[in-house]
Amino acid sequence: MAISAEKKKEMLWTMILSRRFEDELMELCKIEGKIHGMMILATGQEAVGSGACAALAPEDVIITNHRSHNHLLAKGADAKALMAEIFCKATGCNKGKSGTLHLAVPEVNAPCTSTVVGAGPPIAAGQAFAQQYKREKRVTLCFFGDGAAAEGSVHEAMNLAGLWRLPLIFICENNVYAGAQRLEEHTPVADLVSRAAGYAMPGVIVDGNDALAVYEAVATAKKRALAGEGPSFIECKTYRLRGHGEADPQLYQPKDEISAWQEKCPIPRLRDTLVSEGVITAADFQAMEKQAQSMVEEAVRFAEDSPYPSPEEALEDVLV
Amino acid sequence: MQKLGMGQAVNQALREEMHRDPGVFIAGEGVGVSIHPGPMLPTYGLLEEFGPKRVRDTPVSEAAIAGLAVGAAEAGLRPVVEIMFNPFFTLASDMIINHAAKLRYMSGGKSTFPLVVRMKSGAGFGAGSQHSHNLEAWVAHCPGLKVVMPGTAADAKGLLKSAIRDDNPVIFIEHMGLYFAPTPVPEEEYLTPIGPAEIKRPGTDVTVVTWSSMLGVAMTAAERLAQEGVQVEIVDLRTLAPLDKKTILASVAKTGRLVVLHEANLTGGFGGEIAAVVMEEGFSHLKAPLRRVAAPDIPVPVSPPQEQFYVPNAEQLITAIKEIL
Repeated sequence: MAISAEKKKEMLWTMILSRRFEDELMELCKIEGKIHGMMILATGQEAVGSGACAALAPEDVIITNHRSHNHLLAKGADAKALMAEIFCKATGCNKGKSGTLHLAVPEVNAPCTSTVVGAGPPIAAGQAFAQQYKREKRVTLCFFGDGAAAEGSVHEAMNLAGLWRLPLIFICENNVYAGAQRLEEHTPVADLVSRAAGYAMPGVIVDGNDALAVYEAVATAKKRALAGEGPSFIECKTYRLRGHGEADPQLYQPKDEISAWQEKCPIPRLRDTLVSEGVITAADFQAMEKQAQSMVEEAVRFAEDSPYPSPEEALEDVLV
Repeated sequence: MQKLGMGQAVNQALREEMHRDPGVFIAGEGVGVSIHPGPMLPTYGLLEEFGPKRVRDTPVSEAAIAGLAVGAAEAGLRPVVEIMFNPFFTLASDMIINHAAKLRYMSGGKSTFPLVVRMKSGAGFGAGSQHSHNLEAWVAHCPGLKVVMPGTAADAKGLLKSAIRDDNPVIFIEHMGLYFAPTPVPEEEYLTPIGPAEIKRPGTDVTVVTWSSMLGVAMTAAERLAQEGVQVEIVDLRTLAPLDKKTILASVAKTGRLVVLHEANLTGGFGGEIAAVVMEEGFSHLKAPLRRVAAPDIPVPVSPPQEQFYVPNAEQLITAIKEIL
């Protein structure tokens, strides 16, 4: 599959931006009183969100989960509004009502993040149903993890999507761990994609640290969805470098396993490919890193300077 | 005026709203092709009229049905999905409680979820506790949902039309016993607003607050007591959330006495909320302690004498009223 230079650069850029954004969060969440609540990072998994979202059009919908920052930035969410929301400030994209966990950015067609594991797929089925019902040339993509694959709701959604041939792309971001449980401790199958056959949809395994491979798989699935042929299941094999959350000391993850996967970091990998292809130069990469740095600094400044919402505003937005 | 069972009234509401708005669709288990086809039932004939695109029979997948509604509503459609029986709500509850009710709030008001979840409820069919358990208190407890439980066919029609047009998630609970008891329904188009309770019978001596099929029990008791010179005022809540405190408190201010009547079992039932509201905001009007009449705290039994024992009846209500007169 021919991937344009622009798309390749877009993927690299959103990966760099996500990493810088989350590296900053990793430091900020250590500071007492800075960020309220949990902190769940996708460090090392950026090729999944960045590769997948690059294969989507702005009008396509994503439904994401608790590990959402990369997905949302790759879909085009504003870094300042996200950062302010993560700081729980009034200027956040959800006025401080979602925090880091439930970011909703409908303006980039990322209407909801569910932290209930496995809850995304049924909602994504509803979104895809609406696209099919309205005969739109759009698709929905749902990110979920290997842990979520054990939830009944995921199976119900896959069955419905297969039955109704919904324009839906299921992306299982298999990062080996569901909480503290390794894959072999929470599922009897080595490849979760084996379940695709049960719902009459194609299933492919891709290297989840290879953004270009993820892009190709999603582009193929999107083409199928738009042709009315129904959903697809893509299992991206990757690895959770950080804990379930930043409060997780990762005692159960072998140190050599973590370091081995650090070596497989998707960002230098794509960088090297693009440099060798002549798509970018080493200087371009440095410029992108610098730009990400300044964008994240600006976002943090914006978030820190923003006010908290008033307590009484908590009473708003319950009902229309 | 036409006389319709509640199922027929629901059917008319669905039909009218589907004609009015092409974004309205219905989905659920057997909403098109049913194991119980019958003209008294709510979705009868809709598949033939609107086709399978808009009348969607689903797999037996309550979470997916509710998730379908959440996702499609956010995307601009107006889903009306059916959870076949109220106790099966447990299987759909994550999508309703954690998503339909909360996603608007967590979006900071950016998204809307204009969906209706219809559920059939009520004892009296020998179907047992896994088909007959009334769980309205569970949903009424959850901020972000509206909860409607009509007691007449006319209210069911007007309220369902309002529910479909409402931009909030609405849980619409129909008592199956009312499907087969025709009551008058206006011929012309009308909407019944979600929220206001209605005084179904004015009276001066005691207020009975009730909803759904217990309205009929209250009416029977009121007629009998009238023969003894006791004037019962019946407040039919119709909507549990948002709660029409004003009408309840005004009625209690007038009569000075309150009995709450519901089919669901007593403990943690929504009657406790009504009692608390009146104690907090209308205590000075009370001339006697308030009473609750509700089912006992047991699963809904199957055996006919036991099921009959379970469902509150007019005699129990009359006894409760006489105790506080």
